[in-house]
Amino acid sequence: MAFTAFSSSSTAAEPAVARRSPIALFLLLPGILYLILFFVTPLISLVITSLQEPDPLRFGTFTNAFQWENYVIVLETYGEQSLRSAGFAALATLFALLIGFPLGYFIGITLRPYPLLQGLALVLVIAPFFISFLLRTLAWKQIFSDEGFVAGVLSALAILPPGQAITGTAFSVIFGLTYNFIPFMTLPIYATLASLDLRLLEAGNDLYGSPAVTFRTVTLPLSAAGVMSGTLLTFIPAAGDYINASREFLGSTDTTMIGNVIETNFLVLQNFPAAAALSLVLMAAILILVSLYVKRSGTEELL
Amino acid sequence: MTNNDVPQGGFAEAGADLELVGISKRFPGFTAIEELDLTIPAGSFFALLGPSGCGKTTTLRLIAGLEEPTTGRIMIGGRDVTSTRAFQRPVNTVFQSYALFPHMSIIENVSFGLKRRGMKNAAPLAHEALRLVELDHVANRKPAQLSGGQQQRVALARAVVNRPALLLLDEPLGALDLKLRRQMQIELKDIQSEVGLTFLHVTHDQEEAMTMADTVAVMNKGRIEQMGNPQELYELPHTVFVANFLGQSNLFTGKVTSSGSDSIVVDVDGTKFEVPTDRAQRHRGLITVGVRPEKVTLHDSAPKQTAGRNVIGPGRVTDVSFSGVSTQYEITLPGHGALTVFSQNTSITSIHRDGDEVWLSWDVDHAFGLADDVETDPASRFPSDTDTSMIATQSRAKLKAELGKD
Repeated sequence: MAFTAFSSSSTAAEPAVARRSPIALFLLLPGILYLILFFVTPLISLVITSLQEPDPLRFGTFTNAFQWENYVIVLETYGEQSLRSAGFAALATLFALLIGFPLGYFIGITLRPYPLLQGLALVLVIAPFFISFLLRTLAWKQIFSDEGFVAGVLSALAILPPGQAITGTAFSVIFGLTYNFIPFMTLPIYATLASLDLRLLEAGNDLYGSPAVTFRTVTLPLSAAGVMSGTLLTFIPAAGDYINASREFLGSTDTTMIGNVIETNFLVLQNFPAAAALSLVLMAAILILVSLYVKRSGTEELL
Repeated sequence: MTNNDVPQGGFAEAGADLELVGISKRFPGFTAIEELDLTIPAGSFFALLGPSGCGKTTTLRLIAGLEEPTTGRIMIGGRDVTSTRAFQRPVNTVFQSYALFPHMSIIENVSFGLKRRGMKNAAPLAHEALRLVELDHVANRKPAQLSGGQQQRVALARAVVNRPALLLLDEPLGALDLKLRRQMQIELKDIQSEVGLTFLHVTHDQEEAMTMADTVAVMNKGRIEQMGNPQELYELPHTVFVANFLGQSNLFTGKVTSSGSDSIVVDVDGTKFEVPTDRAQRHRGLITVGVRPEKVTLHDSAPKQTAGRNVIGPGRVTDVSFSGVSTQYEITLPGHGALTVFSQNTSITSIHRDGDEVWLSWDVDHAFGLADDVETDPASRFPSDTDTSMIATQSRAKLKAELGKD
């Protein structure tokens, strides 16, 4: 299943098919060509761009060079935004997990005897995708607006200080990120829990494990693959997200994330080397974090 | 984290007796167990034998606490545990599906229960249990790396290591080959007598039930048909179901023509069969009588009618299968259908051939009379009506009767 794509490494215990067949290579050809054309080429172009220097003759254009200082400059300039991106994405992942796990558990285990309700619940989880991501985020901006019901109630209860808006704060950005990524967290967790053998939970109970202990020692380790896929599917895009944190949506200049910075550098400031360098830094940071995470979780422990 | 509801840091001193009082279990649409009363004394090896779907596994799950009974009480060692949850009961189960935790090593699986009970020396005890099932050398592997038979032995070790007051075994030897099965049967028996645990063994294998258990209860359609020690059950079945499920039987139906204090005489299509009065469950009307195939002797010519022997014949041999120790014959008797006879291979008796004319006889003391009702009920003489509206009417009437009873 696609949702457990990240856990596929756990099946490495099976001996890989070592035999190389020319037909297999032939069948792989379209995929390889696609990757070269749309992944490797842009990546190389990005690396080249990130090392360019301003053209001394024509303002606003860049020439190829080996200006590695670009990386130092962007890190110095946008260190705050980078850290904020990591923090926001981590918090959104945590909240999505806190909501997504019980939801996945409910659909995958509690509703298992009722396939019709289970299907309905899954549709409800996926239903938001039928409406554009941008529209849904805009709708939240509307809901949280200063004249909106939520802000009104919170002000009346004196929870929200006068003059304080909900939108444009760290809260609204993390809320938006969490909201938008809950399905990505729920579905892989649901997929692993739906195939969990309930007889194992009975065995846990039979061997003197209370429901809480059985959950910790049996259910949780056996759903680790789904939790890992879900956190990766949430954290990676959330760290690079530039919609929720943008001023047109739920953010403000105080909540700028690295995605917004890259967008601004590419499209507004047209400082292509800086944008490219930032993109590569983001990519490298995520790769390092993810590989540490996968290693830490221990692929072997997942099964 | 440890579980404080079960004895901490120590094993149960001995097995506990189990008592089921008026247990019934209804699932939407069908009744799995009906009014079951059962007492299993402490330290005994009890087998619940029956075909699949007879309610034996449900009974086990009720005792383990994995299902709740609709009515009735469950007592373990005199304590009412009906309302307690599975993890609070001093009971362990060897599951039919093994249910080994796939993410734990074998040793972690086996010590799971010990750790939950806060046993200090969990690891050495777990290793000891693994040695008992000869699997200590795979202690650090994962269940998926073991064969089905090995997994089953691990499941056994995982339950036995806890020395529960009551050990429930759900077809625990199903996946083992014959040799290992025998070995495990003996080991199970040893563990049971050594520690004095109470074993409740659920199986559909009559041979396993008879060789291992002190007491066998034969279960059918949610009820216990007959209970007793294996020999008693085999020699004197009370119902048609027991007579056919536990071994094979030759059964005849006829009217009782005379009944004395020693024996009753049944007329089966003109042939008179004598059955000892104390071996017949009913002494009047239309009854079913029977005899075990190995109790029947074959004769080449009509034997003399002697007191104390039932004779029937002539019939024809329609099938002969030689199995070394004995020969199994199929004999067709006009008016009585086919009979089975096991004849011990003593090499003195000649082997009968297909088509031979033979007479059969058996000792009156080996015959038995069954309790089943073969009274000609006018309704049951007609084939049941399979019309849908008829079925609906019938099931409504049945449901009404059931609701009225409650």
